[in-house]
Amino acid sequence: MAVLEINKLSKSYPGVQALAAVDLTVERGECHALLGENGAGKSTLIKAVCGFHRPDSGAMFLDGERYSPLTPHDAMAAGIRVVYQEFNLLSFLSIAENVFFDRLPRKGPFVDYPKLYRDAEAVLERIGLRASPRTPVEFLGVAQMQMVEIAKALSGECKVLIFDEPTATLSPKDSGRLFEIIRQLKSEGIAIIYISHHLNEIYEIADRLTVLRNGEVIGVRDVADAGIPEIVKMMVGRSMEAEYPFSEKVGPKNRVIFEARNLRFKASAHEVSFALREGELLGISGLVGSKRTETLRAIFGADPKQGGDLFIHGERVEINTPRDAVRAGLSLLTEDRKSQGLILALPLSQNVTMAALDKASAHGFMNRREELRATGQYVDELSIKTPSTEQLCRNLSGGNQQKAVLAKWLYRDSRIILFDEPTRGIDVGAKYEIYLLLWDLVAKGKGVLIVSSDLNELMGVCHRILVFSNGKIAGEVERKDFSQERILGYAYREYIR
Amino acid sequence: MNKKRLSYILMGEAGMGIILLLLCIVFAVFGRNFATPGNMTNILTQISINTAIAVGMTFVILLGGIDLSVGSVLSLCTVLAGLVITNDGMPVWLRIVLAVFAGLGGGMACGLFNGLVSETWKIPAFVVTLGMLNMARGAVLLISDSRTIFNFPRAFNTLGSQAPWGVPLIFIFSLVIVFFGYVVLRFTIYGRMIYAIGNNEEAVRLSGHNTKFHKVAAYVICGAAVGIAAILYMLRLNIASPILGNGFELNAIAAAVIGGTSMSGGKGSPIGTLIGAAIMGVLNNGLLLIGMGDFARQIVTGFIIVLAVVLDTYRAKLSRMLD
Repeated sequence: MAVLEINKLSKSYPGVQALAAVDLTVERGECHALLGENGAGKSTLIKAVCGFHRPDSGAMFLDGERYSPLTPHDAMAAGIRVVYQEFNLLSFLSIAENVFFDRLPRKGPFVDYPKLYRDAEAVLERIGLRASPRTPVEFLGVAQMQMVEIAKALSGECKVLIFDEPTATLSPKDSGRLFEIIRQLKSEGIAIIYISHHLNEIYEIADRLTVLRNGEVIGVRDVADAGIPEIVKMMVGRSMEAEYPFSEKVGPKNRVIFEARNLRFKASAHEVSFALREGELLGISGLVGSKRTETLRAIFGADPKQGGDLFIHGERVEINTPRDAVRAGLSLLTEDRKSQGLILALPLSQNVTMAALDKASAHGFMNRREELRATGQYVDELSIKTPSTEQLCRNLSGGNQQKAVLAKWLYRDSRIILFDEPTRGIDVGAKYEIYLLLWDLVAKGKGVLIVSSDLNELMGVCHRILVFSNGKIAGEVERKDFSQERILGYAYREYIR
Repeated sequence: MNKKRLSYILMGEAGMGIILLLLCIVFAVFGRNFATPGNMTNILTQISINTAIAVGMTFVILLGGIDLSVGSVLSLCTVLAGLVITNDGMPVWLRIVLAVFAGLGGGMACGLFNGLVSETWKIPAFVVTLGMLNMARGAVLLISDSRTIFNFPRAFNTLGSQAPWGVPLIFIFSLVIVFFGYVVLRFTIYGRMIYAIGNNEEAVRLSGHNTKFHKVAAYVICGAAVGIAAILYMLRLNIASPILGNGFELNAIAAAVIGGTSMSGGKGSPIGTLIGAAIMGVLNNGLLLIGMGDFARQIVTGFIIVLAVVLDTYRAKLSRMLD
């Protein structure tokens, strides 16, 4: 019998159809895997189920009754619980207090601690967490914290339990223990929705799987009947939709402009080495969490490095801060332009010169004439739509904000430019202009590194793609060998083993 | 121009200038002797020291920080300068010059400590500067043996009482500081940096700048302003004392915030701060002249400070609504 039934659920954001008439049924005692590439609509679907936002149309049924949560609290009250990748625990409080935080047992105005600890012990026993309920959460390891999260979900009524990338931070041994728990919960009749990039895990615990792509359900399969190649194909699709400017005439030169050797940083256990040539557009592909952004940030000195050497034109450079990086001739266009790329409360002109104040000043004083000249130049060149150079950046549209960030780094005129998701959240027209600009940069002999979750985009504009998988460079593909199957195959490599 | 935008402008510098004028008019009508040259000179003298401190405070608040130690650091600076200036072994002009350096140096050293500690260990500035408030007070009591220093050189004392065309010399000095602050913040790279960091420190860091250095520098600048304010204090009252300066931090913060500086950083100017200090000064003086007692006045000015912060949150709200 279906516990949760989702019927033709749709949700759109300005410019994006995040969910298009999605159906999903989860049975009692079933573990249902939800698969799809980055941006396929998994998160949007889960958020709708959990009451974080309301779908535009469609219906949900819980135990056969109409279910339409208005708030996350409604969802919890109805028995839908989520264990997120990031924990929501109060680290100074005990396990018991965390587990029962939203409904502590009371005796008059006081918390009934003896009962709290008894109840908590019962829940901990159910999932096999051997720890005193009095232990403060801060003393627990990651796997134990996750078990506390599960206990929290089970402490009230729980019909559907959703796991969002639960093994991303677990060791193989801890993952094994998590699967034990999930199997037991299944036997107790709880319906489980399981989201993970690790396809091999699906075979361990899931009964059925649903694949989403571009907000649509591509197919539902029994796990026993579906092979990995078929699943990957379902996730990837075939067609290349957008048009990309690519010119065979502008090729990378032989000279290496930038090289990273054995780069190590805290977020990842693996070392990264690669080389970028002059006039080359090098793409970095990989799943969310494969440490692509972290690699760019470590190179740029935005986050600390733990080891490894960087070379520019064959000479070793020491980069510990973004300041060092900019001086060495690097630029980084961050993924989050609002909080990291621009100063929204300042006018466009002041943002344009922010990375090259030395160029727009003399003897410590700003040279406003030069600042306005440069800003005007980029407003024309990049066709930034703004009433004036003094418009505050927060009043610009997303695409124009991205162009403002571009203008800032073009004015700096670095030799090596790192782009993190350069076209995220931008309409098609502005995207195309940005691709043209990338080509302009490589034609001038600069080295360009692009991280993007949009594989078609990378295949459309890059000379070569590095594929990250779980912190490792799992593969390197030249333009002539580009294919989605091949790149995705590398992307999943470290997760399948 | 729509209504919201108008009210936003009125809550800023321009509006505060209008309030200052209105206050003056009200007191001129109801207060005896308010609108006399003598009283004007009086008010300017009274606001000089707060203005100087508040300009330094503006730098720190613009970065999203705060300096609660200015009062006791000011006291420390007066005693350091006082010890130098009363040292009979040197010619008078040298004593005065060295005293200025002693005041400046003491203030800048305290500012450097505030900035370095809060930036190195990422400690909220209010905690560090609250500690400095106590440390500086303890230090000044120790150094001075808890005694007030006077008997400054006569030349120094006469300098302090100069008031060409009714404008007190010490007010002119504090105007110079306002002007200096204005030029730095408005026209230099460093000023640009302060506004940018106050609005979005991470974006500035990722643009390749050493934000830590710039932040520490702002605390040093604030310390320097306090050092100069200490000399102005000595010029005005001809004493250096380990017990003065209580509550100065509140007056300086109030002047900055009333003048349009945002408590969360990134917005404000020394000109506004000057207006803010003037409003505080006029209020204090005017209320006295319409016959309000010391204690009642303290209640009113305290309330004005709270009001200023309320105003600050309204400004922030309005500016969000305008987008």
